[in-house]
Amino acid sequence: MSTSVALITGCAVVTYAIKGIGPLALGGRDLPLWFTSVVILLAPALFAALVVTQALADGKHIGIGADTVGVAAGGLVAWRFGSVIGCVVVAALVTAGLRAV
Amino acid sequence: MALAAPGTLPLMDESHPNDRRQRLLDGMRAGMPFAVAGGLLALSFGVVAQSAGLSAGEAIAMSAIVFAGSAQFTAIAIIAQGGTVAAAVLAAALVNSRFLPMGVALGPSLPGGPMRRAAQGQAIVDASWGIAGRGDGTFDRWLLFGSTAVQYVGWVGGTIAGALGGNALGDPKALGLDAIYPAFFLALLIGELTDRRSRLVAALAALIALALVPVTPAGVPVLAASLASLVGLHASARADARARTDGR
Repeated sequence: MSTSVALITGCAVVTYAIKGIGPLALGGRDLPLWFTSVVILLAPALFAALVVTQALADGKHIGIGADTVGVAAGGLVAWRFGSVIGCVVVAALVTAGLRAV
Repeated sequence: MALAAPGTLPLMDESHPNDRRQRLLDGMRAGMPFAVAGGLLALSFGVVAQSAGLSAGEAIAMSAIVFAGSAQFTAIAIIAQGGTVAAAVLAAALVNSRFLPMGVALGPSLPGGPMRRAAQGQAIVDASWGIAGRGDGTFDRWLLFGSTAVQYVGWVGGTIAGALGGNALGDPKALGLDAIYPAFFLALLIGELTDRRSRLVAALAALIALALVPVTPAGVPVLAASLASLVGLHASARADARARTDGR
């Protein structure tokens, strides 16, 4: 098996397993209030962590780069105008512009 | 975001087929901006994967089969640095580990037996999971399916364009394409910050993640940050206490 095939197969297997295990284990049952209260807050927790780890971290180092400024500019667009496409386009343009100067 | 009455929430999917079709279309419409954003990002994946040693066909196959952007980028980065396949797959699993709590949250809203639910769980991607959430702890699976379908097309289509026309694209970093992913997640986050509690949890999660970045492998900070949602237990306890007081 080539490296590429092993890589694709391995990534596919772990992804399918991780996405499937929650629905496989928990389903067809009513939700207790404590569970609901936690689930509602999972989205802001996960999305906030994804933003900071990708916009502020470079490997194991934390710092501010052109992409951080770009993401902040994109965030302003998302906040003011509610446009996802505007957000990512502005983030890319500002980041590219800062790297070009 | 209003919490349901103390006790339990019913499973809801006894709707008419026309209603399901409408929700599927609604999901596709809601997922479209994320599909475009994902497509732009996939352009750069098509280029980066080839520079790491994959052929154009393999890069496209990876997007079509794995369909997990951040895990794909992570795995490719490790291979490009000379890492082993095992290390790349493990890193991809860690980055994907955020889908564990998402799947646990989604599970009770899916009908059918365990294998059917696991199959439906494959539709989990970040934006769709956010879109499908009803705000009361339950999820609309038709919104999830519709949103994921268009994002799949965007992701695979973007990879094909990047893999086959990557030379014309140039350096993805010079084009700022690496800023698309965090911007994408920031747009999702802004939509979730609806009250004081969600903002508090987001800030706490960000702090946990940043604190762990220097000392843990990629993926662990995000997974650990999901623990910030346990703040919800406090809200649940308060609601229980209020219900007991009202019942006296």
